Amino acid sequence: MTIAQDALQLPHLNYGALAPMLILFGAAAVGVLIEAFVPRRSRYALQLVLGLGALVAALIVVITESGTRELTAGAAIALDGPALFLQGSLAALGIVALLLIAERTLEPGGPFVAAAAVTAGTEEDRTQAAREDAGTEVYPLLLFALGGMMLFVSANDLLTMFVALEVFSLPLYLMCGLARRRRLLSQESAMKYFLLGSFASAFFLFGIAMLYGFSGQISFAGIHSAIQTSTQSTTLLYIGLALVALGLLFKAAAAPFHVWIPDVYQGAPTPITAFMSACTKVAAFGALIRVLYVAFQGTDWDFRPVIGAIAVLTMLVGSILSVTQTDIKRLLAYSSIANAGYILVGVLGLSKDGLSSTLFYLVTYGFTVIAAFGVVTLVRDADGEATHLSRWAGLGRRSPLYAGLFTFLMLAFAGIPLTSGFTGKFAVFAAAIGGGQSWLVVFGVVSSMILAFPYLRVVVMMWLSEPGESTPTVSIPGALTSATLAIGGLATLVLGVVPAPLLDLTNHAAQFIR
Amino acid sequence: MPVHFAAAHGTLSSIWLLVAIPLASAAILLLFGRFTERWGHLLGVASVLASFILGLIYFFSLRGLSSPYRAASLNLFDFIPVGGLKVQFGLLYDPLSAIFVLLITGVGFLIHLYAVGYMSHDEGRRRFFGYFNLFVAAMLLLVLGNNYVITFVGWEGVGLASYLLISFWYDRPAAATAGKKAFIMNRVGDAGFVTAIFLMFATFGSVNFADVFNGVASHGAGQTTILILGLLLLLGACGKSGQFPLQAWLPDAMEGPTPVSALIHAATMVTAGVYLIARSNPLFTANLTLQTVVVAVGAFTLLFGSIIGGAKDDIKRVLAWSTVSQIGYMFLGVGLGGAAYALALIHLLAHGFFKAGLFLGAGSVMHSMKDRTDIRRFGGLWRYMPITWATFGLGYLSIIGIPPLSGFFSKDPIIESAFNRAGWTGWLFGSAALLGAGLTAFYMTRLFVLTFHGPKRWTEDIEHPHESPAVMTIPLVLLAVGSIAAGALFVYSPFNVKDWLRPVFNNPAAEGHEHIGQWWATGMTFVVVLIGLAIGLLLFRRGTAPQEQPAGPVVAAARANLFGDMFNETVFEKPGLYLTRALVYLDNRGIDGLVNGLAALVGGSSGRLRRTQTGFVRSYALSMLGGALLIVAAMLAVALG
Repeated sequence: MTIAQDALQLPHLNYGALAPMLILFGAAAVGVLIEAFVPRRSRYALQLVLGLGALVAALIVVITESGTRELTAGAAIALDGPALFLQGSLAALGIVALLLIAERTLEPGGPFVAAAAVTAGTEEDRTQAAREDAGTEVYPLLLFALGGMMLFVSANDLLTMFVALEVFSLPLYLMCGLARRRRLLSQESAMKYFLLGSFASAFFLFGIAMLYGFSGQISFAGIHSAIQTSTQSTTLLYIGLALVALGLLFKAAAAPFHVWIPDVYQGAPTPITAFMSACTKVAAFGALIRVLYVAFQGTDWDFRPVIGAIAVLTMLVGSILSVTQTDIKRLLAYSSIANAGYILVGVLGLSKDGLSSTLFYLVTYGFTVIAAFGVVTLVRDADGEATHLSRWAGLGRRSPLYAGLFTFLMLAFAGIPLTSGFTGKFAVFAAAIGGGQSWLVVFGVVSSMILAFPYLRVVVMMWLSEPGESTPTVSIPGALTSATLAIGGLATLVLGVVPAPLLDLTNHAAQFIR
Repeated sequence: MPVHFAAAHGTLSSIWLLVAIPLASAAILLLFGRFTERWGHLLGVASVLASFILGLIYFFSLRGLSSPYRAASLNLFDFIPVGGLKVQFGLLYDPLSAIFVLLITGVGFLIHLYAVGYMSHDEGRRRFFGYFNLFVAAMLLLVLGNNYVITFVGWEGVGLASYLLISFWYDRPAAATAGKKAFIMNRVGDAGFVTAIFLMFATFGSVNFADVFNGVASHGAGQTTILILGLLLLLGACGKSGQFPLQAWLPDAMEGPTPVSALIHAATMVTAGVYLIARSNPLFTANLTLQTVVVAVGAFTLLFGSIIGGAKDDIKRVLAWSTVSQIGYMFLGVGLGGAAYALALIHLLAHGFFKAGLFLGAGSVMHSMKDRTDIRRFGGLWRYMPITWATFGLGYLSIIGIPPLSGFFSKDPIIESAFNRAGWTGWLFGSAALLGAGLTAFYMTRLFVLTFHGPKRWTEDIEHPHESPAVMTIPLVLLAVGSIAAGALFVYSPFNVKDWLRPVFNNPAAEGHEHIGQWWATGMTFVVVLIGLAIGLLLFRRGTAPQEQPAGPVVAAARANLFGDMFNETVFEKPGLYLTRALVYLDNRGIDGLVNGLAALVGGSSGRLRRTQTGFVRSYALSMLGGALLIVAAMLAVALG
């Protein structure tokens, strides 16, 4: 049997532009091989070097490819301004998160379990808890996740996007369950994330089917042209749009699909939480803006009020619920939900400004939140991290340096000028006003005011309370965590004081191709 | 003719170095701490010298340009680009800035040099030089900005440096209090300045000098707006320059080290107000009422300062009140407008020399008298410190206006111009200025005679006063040379300031009301000065009582700073306190009630909402399903409904 050569044309691949993803997936595969064949004690160093090398290489390639604007792989992948910018951001944030993940001086073996398959709470588990070494599966998982995220933000049709979604979600589910301490909580969070994530994926897939039913296409360009020309009933289109958006909003932690966030953020190992809160947000919003700006351009009037309502709900739920939180990780989780709302406000500017401010916000928030979780990993006692807020009382007396840094990060979250938080909020709100969405900004400001309260409460607790018996000491971080904190803190400061270069960059990148 | 500043090119395109060098030096001194302990003060001196040399180079490049184009505007970067407000970080080097740059860096260099000796025993010398350089950088930025916002940045910078330096010895309560007083009173003035900037933006849409002046010239603003703008700027100027009603902080500022008093509170920073008005001359010239107010403030303050100066016994306080009074003359000059702008600036420059010399001389006296400042316990020092005596004496003769010293050339023309103001106000302000000259002669004679002549009235612990080291006396001598030569140089030489400043104040001939001639004015002034001098000499030639004596109402009032502090206390502080209390009450009952109610609402909803976070995956999934149905329904409703 012969197949006609011209019936099966191989799509053209721009290897240069695809290289960042190829590097990450390749390095991840090598990482798996290392897990299989290299003796246990050499794995850590190898995996760390491999991971850092791959991410740095990916970042460099993204920078050298920054002028690329083309569709490749048979128009399944779009490498345009936003895609490259987001890939670069993912690589940069990934490096910072990897540094935090690889820290091993805070407790023997680091924050990851040595043998994840051992049943929690058994005798065997207790012996492994005392082991000096730890599993290194997390490094290839991280690379797979980052590679998937890069594919996710550059996917140009719904199926590629779905595949990418699964590629980065599955490693995340696993990584959440790898905590060395409080293993049951960690495994529970992984399970919850997996179940709800699958649920959301199902919606997403169903949405794809609806859209295919409407347009007969899965590519964004095809859907866009079908919207312009199709004479069919648009019911399928809007159901599809709602369900696809739902799948993405789930990852982005928008209400009412935020429910998994607090439990998972609390249960997952803190470095993984930091990674998720920075990179998953970048990926989810990167995909969401592509879907809304590329495929559904022209239906603004229809989806804007609905997604606007979701943004308002997200901001209010995030800020109001964070008021009564007593655990620092849960507090940061709700803050992350509220921030998803602010980013949505920028997205709904539906203009070049909306796009560039969203990109800017994602990067600034990512650096700040990684540094904040980095500080959380430092405050610990004999049982590991002390995350209950009451334990943070008087921390400023014990360790003014780290309490000062955390105060600065809290002020950045609260959006005080001269921090990147202010610049980012200003940019997204300005874009929304420019797009005629002042009502969103009103809610944004109200929610920011509410949210300032829990942030400042932490600050007040750290500085104005006397250290109690139970105030844990702050561990001296190793070089890796120090680097994370320094990069995160500096980025927060620099992007607040001289935001212009990054704003120029996002402005320059803010143009999709179809 | 519209105001336009040519863009900088050639040598002048590097004027930013003037500010950058001292700023970098300050950063090194303040950031690197102990590493710079041994050579930090030298770096501080060298950086100001470098700026001075650059200032000279730029000065001559500017002279090389033909007269109408003598200006160089340099935009470094966009400082605040927000919406309609575009503020550039831009510098302007024109004849007015040029002479300020030379004054600041030249006198600043001498005082830095002097401070090397004066502060040699102080543990905080490195910190001192760091602040000092910071001050020089900020002051240069103030006079080099090409818009009001940059000027304001420099303005606040010098305020900060001044505050840090007044309370340099922060462990002395008086110094800390004085620093606070200076800070708060300057805030009042700054509020005026800031409001003026807002108003400018609202009226002219720009804060650039050129745009604002052209806006005024093309009647872009009503007379009332110009009046309000001018009054607000005047309030700012009064705060910085220690003019009535914001004069009270300046004498207290003498709690700082003496070089600080010399540089900041005599020679440079306090003249910032004069600079601001001179810079804004198109605005001030545009409204007659405004000019009258400036003249009145100047005339009143010059009398006010010289009366108090005659009753004080602290050598630095007398000099401080004399500064208040002399700046009053400068305000008088810039208020008169026309040709008097240049006169005020000549007086400013001459004053920069002799007042810095006087302060440094006072510092030299204090240095040998174990930091005593009470002139009733000095006397007969001329034999022990001849260089200080001679240089102080030249400064003294200069300030009271004895020919041919600089004060004579700079002050007399101001008095003459005051007399020649149109209408009866000319007689009023002229007489005030004339009377002020007599009072100045009196109190300065008193100060000089009590310090250097007459019987010794030293406290017991002082045995052998000695002359200061060369590093301190050399600046004294140079400043004394300046106070001899400056007057003639600035008025008659090819470097005369009037011609030099013509491009800045482009309407020099607006006279026409000659009440009295030049010789009459000079003669009268000279006679009045001699009377003041003679009274001072007769009263204090034999010394004075070492303790405060009962005195008549005038002297008592002058000793109490003419009730300036009491005025501030009753008019501002007390009502302020009551207002604060009332507001606190209102805040507790009204606003807090509302806020607490809102907080309770948020907290309550938070608590209730929290219960939905059950931890069960099944209920989470249900809420997601509910959300999904809602979104689909809403989307269909919006799209198809």
